[in-house]
Amino acid sequence: MGNEEAVFYSRVLTELTLSFHIIYATIGVGVPLMIMIAQWVGIKKNDEHYILLARRWARGFIITVAVGVVTGTAIGLQLSLLWPNFMEFAGNVIALPLFMETFAFFFEAIFLGIYLYTWDRFENQKKHLLLLVPVAIGASFSAVFITMVNAFMNAPRGFDIVDGEIVNINPIIAMFNPAMPTKVAHVVITAYMTAAFVLAAIAAFRLLRGSDHVYHKKALYLTMKLGFVFSIATALIGDFSGKYLAEYQPEKLAAAEWHFETQENAPLILFGVLKDGEVKYAINIPFGLSMLAFNNPNAEVIGLDQFPEDEIPPLYIHYLFNIMVFIGMWMTILSALYWIGINRGWKRVSTKWFRWLIVLGAPLTMIAIESGWWLAEVGRQPWILRKIMRVEDAATTSGQVDLMLMLFALLYLVLGIGSVVVLRRMFNKNPVERELEDRHKEKGGDVQ
Amino acid sequence: MNLEILGVSVLWTFLFGYILVGAIDFGAGFFNAYSLLTGKQRILTKVIQRYLSPVWEVTNVFLVFFFVGIIGFFPKTAFYYGTTLLVPVSFGIILLAIRGSYYAFETYGARGHKGYSFMYGLAGILIPASLSIVLTISEGGFIEIVDGNPVLDYWVLFTSPLTWSIVVLSIAATLYISAVFLTWYAHKAGDVEATNLLRKYALIWSLPTIITAGGIIFELRKHNLEHYNNIQTFWPMFLISFLLFAGTVWLLWKRHNYGWAFILLMGQFIFAFFGYGASHYPYLLYPYLTIYDSFTNPAMAISLIIAFILGLGLLIPSLVLLMRLFLFNKGYVRGKKDFHV
Repeated sequence: MGNEEAVFYSRVLTELTLSFHIIYATIGVGVPLMIMIAQWVGIKKNDEHYILLARRWARGFIITVAVGVVTGTAIGLQLSLLWPNFMEFAGNVIALPLFMETFAFFFEAIFLGIYLYTWDRFENQKKHLLLLVPVAIGASFSAVFITMVNAFMNAPRGFDIVDGEIVNINPIIAMFNPAMPTKVAHVVITAYMTAAFVLAAIAAFRLLRGSDHVYHKKALYLTMKLGFVFSIATALIGDFSGKYLAEYQPEKLAAAEWHFETQENAPLILFGVLKDGEVKYAINIPFGLSMLAFNNPNAEVIGLDQFPEDEIPPLYIHYLFNIMVFIGMWMTILSALYWIGINRGWKRVSTKWFRWLIVLGAPLTMIAIESGWWLAEVGRQPWILRKIMRVEDAATTSGQVDLMLMLFALLYLVLGIGSVVVLRRMFNKNPVERELEDRHKEKGGDVQ
Repeated sequence: MNLEILGVSVLWTFLFGYILVGAIDFGAGFFNAYSLLTGKQRILTKVIQRYLSPVWEVTNVFLVFFFVGIIGFFPKTAFYYGTTLLVPVSFGIILLAIRGSYYAFETYGARGHKGYSFMYGLAGILIPASLSIVLTISEGGFIEIVDGNPVLDYWVLFTSPLTWSIVVLSIAATLYISAVFLTWYAHKAGDVEATNLLRKYALIWSLPTIITAGGIIFELRKHNLEHYNNIQTFWPMFLISFLLFAGTVWLLWKRHNYGWAFILLMGQFIFAFFGYGASHYPYLLYPYLTIYDSFTNPAMAISLIIAFILGLGLLIPSLVLLMRLFLFNKGYVRGKKDFHV
């Protein structure tokens, strides 16, 4: 196998692992916060439905955590196995957040173990709630630290290169690079948003499947409300991200928007297809891109003409951008309608078709997460470290990457199917009606 | 003590932590599967599950900590080990993935599924074997530099007696450590039957552990004379290690104080592991990589050490809390109540 093939397969394997991992990682970052909120609401309102909600979410969460942990270990090791030259560099400059991520992960793992095995063990439920604080903090901070590393790849800072040697290393500047604030905020908030909509979809699905229990209605209302709040935050941060790109990484923005020539009053292109270098069937919003990039309709936006051809990212990222943004906007509208609808007593938000739309929200938000990551990662091509190291110079020289790719593909298939089967079995066997009944018997009798 | 030695000691300590908790974990999975096969599941499964359930995730973090830390302190290891270890470590990852996820699937999803338990047990016993390859390679002689890139010679690796001795040692030691720990744990739980069975396993596995451990030292004479000579200078550590081993076996034999038996066992492995590590000095990969030419820049080293100290400030109290609530909580260990979510 030549080096070119090793680079190709390394890219495919990394993409496969990360695309699979982020499904579980996004749930892993978002769901602990939701469990914490449900438990808190339950204690505050003295409503056992919310407490049970927290308990059942936590039970399902274990399965997703397990897959998240093992695939996370896989990508952690694969970084060194597939991109040894990059990791050597990263070790010198950006190891600090990598290292801190493991602490956050450690912290989360310890308290998650305690939380899971101390149900009803403390007299005071508030004590049990406190255990969730480090879990949620640990989960969010592992996302924060690992995204810092990714932000560094987009905006490498904190060192100088003198005669091919890296000198003057400053790990703190490397961590707090210009890409960091928008990236970290976007990753964390979209994880909360996605987790909320995934949990909302479960509640909506149960209601569609015949259960008319108030438990599911409470769950649906809580998660849709949270989903709405986080999707508004996502939109705001997304706008900041666009402004960051215009300033620091114009080639990514230009490729995502099919902005070929540098110009003032730049229009925003929505949808469309690219045929022989021409954009067709697109919607043009005049001044849109200048507004998006600089909040000024007359501002000049740098186009792809300013970059050498071998430094331009693939142009298909435009489609990914559209998918991400439109799903985000769609979910914002859907959750807003639901929230307003419930409060105003609109019948329409409780109809079958509206609930199906909520169910559809779970796969949609996951697709948005995937598209967003592909956009961010492919948009940085051909660099692994922007303007410092090209992808082909970072890859392994090993000849067995193709074989490993097949093995890992098989592994993810098994894990994916396994987790879905187990989760379905867990909840189908033990519907909430039965669990509530069991708990009443327990409390009535002398079991505890 | 300079920063290089401090860095490598921290990492070596975490690797030791992983080997210890990992061995308990891997061995427990194996014994669990074995008890299914021999119809003794009734005796063992409860004890094993009680210990494993709250800590399975923590075990994995020790490994992550080690491999992230080594890239941080010694970035050049990414270049040498990353390029050469693609195949063995990928197998290790796949086994770890099967193990970790199937543990959760089995325990929380489909209790009592036999297929899961076997996969779980088998994967556990193969992981030490696949990961211990790293230790073999670090002795040198398996990697050549071709066009400036390191290449692993699989033929030489798989035909070397040293490779197989280390594999056998890793498996035997895993089962030995695990059996001794679980004997103590079962005894604390007041489970006489499980204690006796596990005590028997511990005694059985003590023999291959000590024979292969001794044998490897002599194989090193042929393979890496420099390392062999270094080991000689550390002979008191290995002697102490052997005496502690004898103490553990004696306590197990006499059915005395299983808690002390486990503490002596920890001592045995600490002396052997750090004696081995110290005699490996200064090489990370013989003869290409020493801890001096691969150490990170001072700014990174200092910030990593600060992060490490702050991190430990969080971790140690949390770990103590975890142990007090589960490992050292009589009510929990004896299984009086089940507080699982």
